[in-house]
Order: sequence, then structure tokens, then C-alpha cells
Amino acid sequence: MIEIKNIKKSFADKTVINDVSSVMKAGQCNLIIGASGSGKTVLMKCMVGLFEPDAGNIFFGGENFTAMKNKQRTEIRKQIGMLFQGSALFDSLTVEENVMFPLSMFTTWSFKKKLSRVNEVLDRVNLVDTNRKFPAELSGGMKKRVGIARAIVLNPKYLFCDEPNSGLDPQTSLVIDKLIQEITKEFNITTVVNTHDMNSVMEIGDYILYMYKGDKEWEGTNREIIFSKSQRLNDFIFASEFLKDAKEMRMLEEKGKIPNDRNIDDMLK
Amino acid sequence: MYWKEFMHQCSDIGIGSLPIVCIISVFMGAVSTVQTAYQLVSPLIPPSTIAQIVRDTMILEFSPTLICIVLAGVVGSKIASELGNMRISEQIDALEIMGVNSKTYLVMPKILAALVVVPMLVVVSGTLGIWGGRLAGSMGNIISPSTYDKGLLEFFVPFNVIFALAKAYTFAFIISSVPAYFGYYVKGGALEIGRASTRAVVISCILVLLADYVLAALLLGT
Repeated sequence: MIEIKNIKKSFADKTVINDVSSVMKAGQCNLIIGASGSGKTVLMKCMVGLFEPDAGNIFFGGENFTAMKNKQRTEIRKQIGMLFQGSALFDSLTVEENVMFPLSMFTTWSFKKKLSRVNEVLDRVNLVDTNRKFPAELSGGMKKRVGIARAIVLNPKYLFCDEPNSGLDPQTSLVIDKLIQEITKEFNITTVVNTHDMNSVMEIGDYILYMYKGDKEWEGTNREIIFSKSQRLNDFIFASEFLKDAKEMRMLEEKGKIPNDRNIDDMLK
Repeated sequence: MYWKEFMHQCSDIGIGSLPIVCIISVFMGAVSTVQTAYQLVSPLIPPSTIAQIVRDTMILEFSPTLICIVLAGVVGSKIASELGNMRISEQIDALEIMGVNSKTYLVMPKILAALVVVPMLVVVSGTLGIWGGRLAGSMGNIISPSTYDKGLLEFFVPFNVIFALAKAYTFAFIISSVPAYFGYYVKGGALEIGRASTRAVVISCILVLLADYVLAALLLGT
């Protein structure tokens, strides 16, 4: 479980995060959503320690990460896996070496054992015959999957994903979302996903934190988000007429007022 | 992993720069012989003096300073752009989040590798420069190989080699640490990587020349 308490962060005179608190539970996908510039990436970077918050505390499994010294933080960081927006794979290393990197750094395993673990996680993210390839030879979706494999190779307790679907087609995005969700449940990981993709929100959002200009505007589940009373959140998630129609349809469905034969084609007409 | 990265950097800096170092050194030696012979017109000065001048010029100045200025361009821009690209593409952040000290893993092996291989390159350069002078002397009928070899052994001051190595170590630190600093702390995008790389090379070259003067004044000054 990750708990953030009263986090504040400013750059020069600009307040980017303003007193945000939340609890993100293990075994579920916790999504931070918001428009560009709402502070979600900064919040995530504060959580993993890449930025120091100006005020507030972050607790990993009850331990105050913010108050820790570098050596103690390193121990917590070994339990963290992170998937970056651009995958952040090491260009000069092959897929196999990229995934093996954390094992080589933090274990004393034999090469055979490390290779076996690497193949196991690559298999888990459905990547075959890519061990000898370099990141430049992979597609965007494959890079993301290598990034996930590298993030989970040490069996982390916490998984952070910064915009995992950016630059991917809708079908590949779904595959990545499903993969993140499955891994979260399978290994009981506390997963934090930073996204503005509404498909992800509806597919995997067990808990959703909506940020608006640095403030926590709303929090809840993906069942509750449809019926949210927050105008700002509604403006964000129902940005298109199509989604507004979908919401109306969903509400009518809930009330049992929609005929069974009406489908998405009707809405598009 | 650190050892592997260190060896990788030694290969990158050392083997990667060897061809350009060899070519430049041979031509520097050859040109030194031709130009020294051109200036020594007095019949009172023995031809073997050409070899002495080429030897001392190569050891004292050309091999350590000029080669390190070339390396500042070749190696320095590579270090700055490599680290800058890693910073922009969040690879350095990825290392930090894994709990790896990115400065120790990325910067230290580069500086240590430069400290090991740059003096070696300077020694190779000096040797090839002197050989290039011999070759140019014999090919252009300026000085016979035997006279040249005789001249090389005359008035040799072993301290000059120590001075050259002292310069090589100092310059190696400058041409690896300055670009590493500019690359590691780059902010922005591809344009900034290019700017950081150029700035790193320019500042490295200026610092090399400044250090060259300071070392000469300290170690050779009377």
C-alpha cells in the first residue's frame, strides 16, 4: 500500500501539486488521471523520489519514504518497478540484457539462473524471439512490454506506469492495459498508472484519482466515475459528443429504460 | 556490472579513438621533420638536431596537448551526447528508480577509463609521431634513418616523458569530466543535447590549453 499525505510541490512561483492526499491499495490498479499540466507526472515523480516534495509525506507499506536517507531509499527502490512513457530502455543493451540489468545489479545469481528468470518474464509479457534484439529494432508496443518485463523482473511490490499507452494504437493499448492489470492481480502489486486515456480508466481503473491544476478534484472507482457530479471531471472524461451519448446510454441502461436491440451503431447514426 | 561498463568505456575511448590518433600523430611527426629541416639552414647545425627537435616537440607538446584537444572533440562530444540522450529519454531516471547510483554507474567508469587509456594513446602518439618524422625524413632525403636514430638518443631528458604523462592524466580528467557534467545535467530536448555537446567540447579545449600553460609553468618554469 502507498499512502500520500498532504503533498505539495512548486517550481519557482508555480504551484504544481497542492496538498494532495490519497491511499493506493495493493492488488489494484490505481490511476492518476487529469489533463496535460494537471500535475500527475510530477505527483508520480514525487512518489518515486525523482522529485522532493516541498511538504507532505509518502509512505510505502507504512514506512515514511520522504524522511528516509538515500541508503534506506535504495532498499525501497529495489521494491519499485517503473514503466516510463518512452519505455527508457538502455539503447546499448539487447532486450535480454535490459531485462537482466536489475538482476545483475542486485542479485548474486548465476548467469543461467538470471537467464531463466529473464525468459520467464519475457514469456509472461508475450515476447518471444526478441532476446537478441536492440530497442531500436522493436515496435512501440514491444518496447512497452520489455519495459514491463524489466520492471517486474525483481518481483516488485510497487509498479509505476507513466502513460503506458502514449504513442500506441488502441488495440495495443488494450493489450498493455490488460497486461498491467493481470500482473497487478497475479503478484498482488500496488500499481500506480498515470494516464489520460479514458479506455484505460474504464478497463483497469480500480481506484481513480482525478487531478485538476495541481489539486485532487475527485477520487473513486471506474463504476462511480460515470455518475460523478464534478463538472470538471465530466468535462474531462466526456470531452466528445460520442462519450456524452455513451454516458446517457449507460444511465438509461442502469435505469432499465433502454431497449436491448439498441447498440452503438444507433448512436453513431 | 561496473567492471563491465569500465571495460566497455576503455574500449570505446581507447580503441575507438586509436585510428584518428595514429593518423594525426604520423602526419604531425612528418610535418615537424619537413618544417624543422626547412628552418635549419645553417651548415653549423648538425642534421641530427632535426630528430631531437621532432622528438621533444612530439613528447612535450604535440602528443599530449594536440591529441587531447582532438580527443576532447571525439570523446567529449560522444560522452556529452550519450549522457544527454540518456537524460532526455529518462534512462538515467530509470537507473535512479532501480536504486542504482547513476553517477557511479555512468560517469565514474568514463572518467576512470579516460584516465587509463588517454595516457596510453599519448604514448602511442609520441612513438608514431617520432616514427612519422623518421619516415618523412628518409622519404624526402632530408635526413638518413641512421642520423635520425642517432639524433633521437642525443640530449634525451627522461623527465620530458614524465611531464607528458602528467599532462595526459590532467587532460584525460578534463576531457571526460567536463562533457560528463554537461551531458548529465542537460535539460530539454534534442537541440539542447547538441548545444551541451558543443559547449562541453569548447570548454574542455579551453581548460586543456589553460592546464597546459599552468603545468608548463609549474613543471618546466625556471
